[in-house]
Amino acid sequence: MAAAARTAGRAQKGTARDAAKKGEIPDFSKDEELHAYREMLLIRRFEEKAGQMYGMGLIGGFCHLYIGQEAVVVGMQMASKDGDQVITGYRDHGHMLVCGMDPKGVMAELTGRRGGYSKGKGGSMHMFSKEKQFYGGHGIVGGQVSLGTGLGFANWYREDGRVSLTYFGDGAANQGQVYESFNMAELWKLPVVYVIENNRYAMGTAVHRSSAQTDFSKRGVSFNIPGEQVDGMDVRAVREAGSRAIDYCRSGKGPYILEMQTYRYRGHSMSDPAKYRTKDEVTRMREEHDPIEQVRRRLLDRWKLGEDELKAIDGKVREVVNEAAEFATHDPEPDVAELWTDILLEARA
Amino acid sequence: MPTDILMPALSPTMEQGKLAKWLKKEGDKVKPGDVLAEIETDKATMEVEAIDEGVLAKILVPDDTDNVAVNTPIAILAEEGEDVSAASAKPAARAPQPNGGGQPAPTPDMQAEGLADRPAPAAREGTDQRQPAPAVMRSGNGYDASAEIPEGTEMVNMTVREALRDAMAEEMRRDKDVFVMGEEVAEYQGAYKVTQGLLQEFGPKRVVDTPITEHGFAGLGVGAALSGLKPIIEFMTFNFAMQAIDHLINSAAKTLYMSGGQMGAPIVFRGPNGAAARVGAQHSQDYAAWYSNVPGLKVVMPYTASDAKGLLKSAIRDPNPVIFLENEILYGQTFPVPKLEDFTLPIGKARIHRPGKDVTIVSWAIGMTYAIKAAAELEKEGIDAEVIDLRTIRPMDVATIVASVQKTARCVVVEEGWPQSGVAAEVGMKIMEEAFDYLDAPVVRITGKDVPMPYAANLEKLALPNVGEVVQAVKAVSYR
Repeated sequence: MAAAARTAGRAQKGTARDAAKKGEIPDFSKDEELHAYREMLLIRRFEEKAGQMYGMGLIGGFCHLYIGQEAVVVGMQMASKDGDQVITGYRDHGHMLVCGMDPKGVMAELTGRRGGYSKGKGGSMHMFSKEKQFYGGHGIVGGQVSLGTGLGFANWYREDGRVSLTYFGDGAANQGQVYESFNMAELWKLPVVYVIENNRYAMGTAVHRSSAQTDFSKRGVSFNIPGEQVDGMDVRAVREAGSRAIDYCRSGKGPYILEMQTYRYRGHSMSDPAKYRTKDEVTRMREEHDPIEQVRRRLLDRWKLGEDELKAIDGKVREVVNEAAEFATHDPEPDVAELWTDILLEARA
Repeated sequence: MPTDILMPALSPTMEQGKLAKWLKKEGDKVKPGDVLAEIETDKATMEVEAIDEGVLAKILVPDDTDNVAVNTPIAILAEEGEDVSAASAKPAARAPQPNGGGQPAPTPDMQAEGLADRPAPAAREGTDQRQPAPAVMRSGNGYDASAEIPEGTEMVNMTVREALRDAMAEEMRRDKDVFVMGEEVAEYQGAYKVTQGLLQEFGPKRVVDTPITEHGFAGLGVGAALSGLKPIIEFMTFNFAMQAIDHLINSAAKTLYMSGGQMGAPIVFRGPNGAAARVGAQHSQDYAAWYSNVPGLKVVMPYTASDAKGLLKSAIRDPNPVIFLENEILYGQTFPVPKLEDFTLPIGKARIHRPGKDVTIVSWAIGMTYAIKAAAELEKEGIDAEVIDLRTIRPMDVATIVASVQKTARCVVVEEGWPQSGVAAEVGMKIMEEAFDYLDAPVVRITGKDVPMPYAANLEKLALPNVGEVVQAVKAVSYR
């Protein structure tokens, strides 16, 4: 994919452009590489397991896997600070895991069990954690963009220095409320990083068939919001651009747009017939641009880690995922009384 | 240990599929993500990927096999160096199934014969425990609103508009997390002057003029509420809130439930609702029935200035999303309002506006103007009507309606909105469920006519309810 192979940075104004010149992606330290590797691997293994459990009938309904896109949330989270909020759409498992939510609670929500983050009442698309500042998990395409702008508004209102990381896809980028949100965010200089995860397909519609302007970093131009295209398969590029964007927002300059050029290996959801793209395209992306493989190679070649060391990490990640799956398989379904709870909160006297 | 690779379900409804082709053969090494086989469903050809590392020890279901039931073992994966021949003898392991609904786990035989459904989610199973309490004839007391204002309280005349403004100002003084946002709420002082003076007192950060962008600022408000602020979102009219209704329902009303009680939206959406005068079909709709349908919302619809003030203050403090439906014609009407330091009223309680013994008239908001005038006319004819002001549409104070109907045995409901699936329809049904035995006549409703609002003065008048219709309806249920 030519687009994804581009190096980070095509900021349209100010200092961001200077910082984002080609070839200036700083290398990760060994610890950073290891951190990114573990986090991305956790997402991948978790999602593979979720796909397997879906196949076994343990997970129902819709299940949107994040496989292929791992570098985006991991890099962004490496750039953010505690207290920054995260909100996204329905392809949300990876976002929850990098926010530090317990894989057991996430998987148990997928299986609709009482130990799930929403007690089994939300499902794959609807989980939240106030503690980890994860605000969902939203099923209406584009809805999270206005909501995430509201999180940014709350930060601006409280002057607490937090930044809202609002994720959405290339499909959502064509919704009207996205531009209503852009307008207000720039008007009031709200601290919101709009992270557009361009995985090239809105369900089965390729971006060039749905979008008159396929350079999503330019979608804020008429609101004067700076934007850049980022190689979303390279976690270092993501972290670098993320830091730049978050700093910009945190300093009170207003919102920022990052178009993450990424790719999902799996279908839109589990029932995707995959007729809209070739097998070769998917294979090529996996073989030439895999975000985890890139880090793995650097760990082996540059940091001289042994295969056995990486295998040990893999084993630990598998253990975490297997524990989550085990818990999610045997945790009981919610008590039937839960049907009638959490509809309204009791008003305080 | 060897593990089974099972026939996966590849869609929410898939029960079986065709194993079209193996892409790995027995003895091949596989790693996670490798495509093992292709499966055809009724919809598409899809791939089965390996989850674990190992050796494809044995293929149990060969290429080109039709009707392979979901969860059937299709191959065995062994660890490298493991005795493959031993693996093939291993009996098929069953995937644990959700136990909801008490169905037995389907056996391979049942599946092969197509007898087993995919495990049904618990909530779809109808058992008594999961049904709402069955309707019962209720006997008891309604709510007594007479104690809401302590005896001897000084009353001050003010318009509904002023009462609403005071309610917001008091709550904004009390709680710095409360802010008001909407079109023309600040510098213009409110399109209907409801927010008059708030900008001067609280400044532009807490009284925020928005662009004309209902969908966007409604969602922004809900996002701010999820993070703990208490927004008051003003719609210039609720007619424009149709652009934003997705956030009112999908984001504000449902998040508490979807988060298992973790995260709610303490937000008030307010503004004029229903017909004003001569503004045509797109600016004259009553949305009470729409929001009334939605669990997770409270819907408040005051008539008097006193109720407007006490209920708006409560709505702002309420931890749930509240739809606060005002009325442009009522804004200018004057009512006595108690002069109290902190006057709040409970949401979800009706008020008996006029006690009576012969017939119950239930209404709310602008509908009360017809009900009250009708009751005065009926008094002249010797019919003593009890007029109930519902004040809150959801949750509905059914107890007060039922208590009144038990006394009067007759009921007329007055609603300015459309008849089909309206709030009056709900009131009538509640009476059927809970007070049918007490009725001496069918419940009758007087509503707006089932037409888009016309512009012409004479037609608009015809489209709205009128006092004469209410009087006639009361006489009809009284057989007079």
